[in-house]
Order: sequence, then structure tokens, then C-alpha cells
Amino acid sequence: MNGGQDLGGQMGFGPVMPEPNEPVFHGGWESRMLALNVAAGAMGHWTIDEIRHARESIPPADYLSFSYYEIWYEGLRAVLQRHGFATPAEMDSGASAGSGMTPKRVLKGADVPAVLRRGFPYEREASAPARFAVGDAVRTIVMHPAGHTRLPRYARGKLGRIEAIRGNHVFPDTGAHGAPEAAQWLYTVVFSGPELWGRDADPTSSVSVEAWESYLEPA
Amino acid sequence: MSGHDHQHHHDHDNHFTPIEARVKALETLLVAKGYVDPAALDAIVETYETKVGPRNGALVVAKAWTDPAFAERLRQDGTAAVAELGYGGRGGEHIVAVFNTPDEHNLIVCTLCSCYPWPVLGLPPVWYKSPPYRSRAVIDPRGVLADFGVTLPADQRIRVWDSTAETRFLVIPQRPAGTEGWDEERLAGIVTRDSMIGVGLPEVGAAT
Repeated sequence: MNGGQDLGGQMGFGPVMPEPNEPVFHGGWESRMLALNVAAGAMGHWTIDEIRHARESIPPADYLSFSYYEIWYEGLRAVLQRHGFATPAEMDSGASAGSGMTPKRVLKGADVPAVLRRGFPYEREASAPARFAVGDAVRTIVMHPAGHTRLPRYARGKLGRIEAIRGNHVFPDTGAHGAPEAAQWLYTVVFSGPELWGRDADPTSSVSVEAWESYLEPA
Repeated sequence: MSGHDHQHHHDHDNHFTPIEARVKALETLLVAKGYVDPAALDAIVETYETKVGPRNGALVVAKAWTDPAFAERLRQDGTAAVAELGYGGRGGEHIVAVFNTPDEHNLIVCTLCSCYPWPVLGLPPVWYKSPPYRSRAVIDPRGVLADFGVTLPADQRIRVWDSTAETRFLVIPQRPAGTEGWDEERLAGIVTRDSMIGVGLPEVGAAT
């Protein structure tokens, strides 16, 4: 969706302001928010793409003014409610109003190191060969889906070149909306700066995106 | 100033900021419902506060600088190569190392969210997740580098990697002159987090 999250090429946000000696967390709530997000996600009821879509569905004015962990808070609330784990009233008060959904699994403290180390690989066995080869010229499709996509606006309808084939990866655009898991070939597609930004480009720059096969057409 | 002081003494009373109170309520609820184990929350926080951070990535870079065979494996399969050093997993299931050269400098961004190679760099800094960086890195990379005090040679191309999938990128900076004969440990000491994102360069003067 063309939400507040799709920031590439927007202007007016001012300079990047690195914080000297930035701590890993700014206050305890950030660390708890990170941990809640990881632990609740480990129940196994939503995909990373579904919660990303929940975050990017925050109204743009809020999205742009929230800190990143506030964005995570709102995203987690949305999926907990959608999947029947908690009501807004419960999440506001912190008091349980009765039983909710039974989770598929609960991440135990002792299992955290192994679960984090294993991660959640996204590559799947392919049932068909890749459509494109390294070096192929491709054009990204033009689309403006109301739902989730990982093709940013600035890279739609652009002429690029396949630089690498990354494998057959879980497809976010459908997986974010509860469809059974599907996978597509994933490519690194590189564009020249002028292809993306025209006469305002740095001519020495190029930009790549990671693009699933259905984002691409032969050029 | 009293308002400022108030903000920073919330641990001693119930005067949480709104977001602190909301996160605390959510944790209380999820623990009460049995959805999250408090010990798991503590273990997750401890992992990213004390165990997984840019020191991991610095050791990968230092090894790549000193061991050409490792550098080649890193180039071919970043995930497998960093696993040799014991790193991998959550937030970095598919790692790709991109090597700076005199002809081309690499810069990593996630314009759509905050994708970042957790196993080798830890959690991303606030600026990496914020609109100024995410908006401008793809259209004005040299301007972004200037915000970090970095100026590249005019004839060095710049390549921006937008992390739009689960692929996670790690920049392998060029080894600076003046580090001949250094061991991996000493080399790792000059590899900053920013140099592995592409917004900084290793500096021999930074060694302590």
C-alpha cells in the first residue's frame, strides 16, 4: 500500500541526526516492546509480512511522528486483536477479561537462544525454474495495491537489470493477508540513478531492490 | 527544568510516560494470559543488550581482510560464511556481504521499514529507522554521507541496497592503509558499525 512507510525519495525530513553513543534501548519500555514483539510473534499466528502490513496501516501522520517502537506497539496491538488474543479494552487496562485464543506455542525462556539462532528462513524449494537470468533486462510492473507489497513506489515501472538470483522466497504480498504460504523467485534488480530520478539523480549512483518474480516483466 | 527532571525519575513512582504505561499494560496482559513467558522476554532483551551487536560484524570484516579464502566464501554465501563464526538466525536468515572497492562504495537502507542484519550488527540505531535516512538514502546518497561527515571521491560510484526482502546486507569496507601486519582482533577494533552500513569508513586513527 502507498502508506506512510513507503519513504524512498520523499523530501523534507531534514538531515540524518545520528545520536552519539546511542544506547541499544532508550529506556526499559523499548526493550520490553522488542521482546514482546519477538515472543508474541513466536506463537506462530501471523507472518512477518502481516505485522509489517499492520504497521504500515497506521495513518501516515501518526506513522511519521511515532518512534519506531511505538510503531511496533501499534502493529502488535492490531495483530493481537485480529487473531483473537486480546481486546483493545484488555490491552488498554492490562487486565484480562477472560480467556482468549489458545496459542499454537509459547516461547519459553530456556528456548530463546536456540530459537533466535535458528531464525525463520524464508527460502523454499522451487517447483519451477527461475524466469530470469543474471544480466537480463527487466522492467518492474506498475501497481498500486491497497494491500501489502514490497515493491516501493520509486522503483515501479523502472528499467533495471537482474544482478543476482537469491532463491525461491516466501511472497509477502499474499502472505501478509492470511493466504497460504506461497513462494517466488527473488532477484536483486539494480537501476541506474538517472533511471529512477531523472535529471535530479546523482549520475554515479545506482540503487537495487530485492524483487519477487511477479514484480518483473522482460524488457 | 522540573518537567525534564520529572521525565527522568519515573522509575521511582507511577508517573510513566503514556507509551511506557501502554507497553507495561500490554506485557502484564500477555503474561497473565500465558502468551509470553517473562523469562523469554528477559532472555531476548539480554541477547540484544549484551550478546549480539556490531562486534560480531567487525570480526567478520577483520577475518575477510586477513583470510582471502574466507573472504571468497563470504562473497559466495554470506549466510554460511558468518555461520562459521557462530553468527546467524533471527533478522539475518539470508546474509549477503557487499564489498567496497576503489570504484564502488556500498550503502544499506530499508526504505519500507527497518530491515537490518541483526546477527552481525545487532539492533539498528534510531536514525536508520527514521524518515530522514529512509527517504534520502536512495535519492541523495552522497548528501546522506555528508550528514555523517563522509565524502567519497567524486569518481567512486555509489551503490545503494534497499532491503526490500529478507535478504540482509553487510558492507565489507576496504581495509585502510597503515594496518599491514595487524591481527584480526586489532583490525576488528577499527571496524565501526557505521562502516558496515556504509555511512562511515574505518579509520586507523580510531584504534585504541
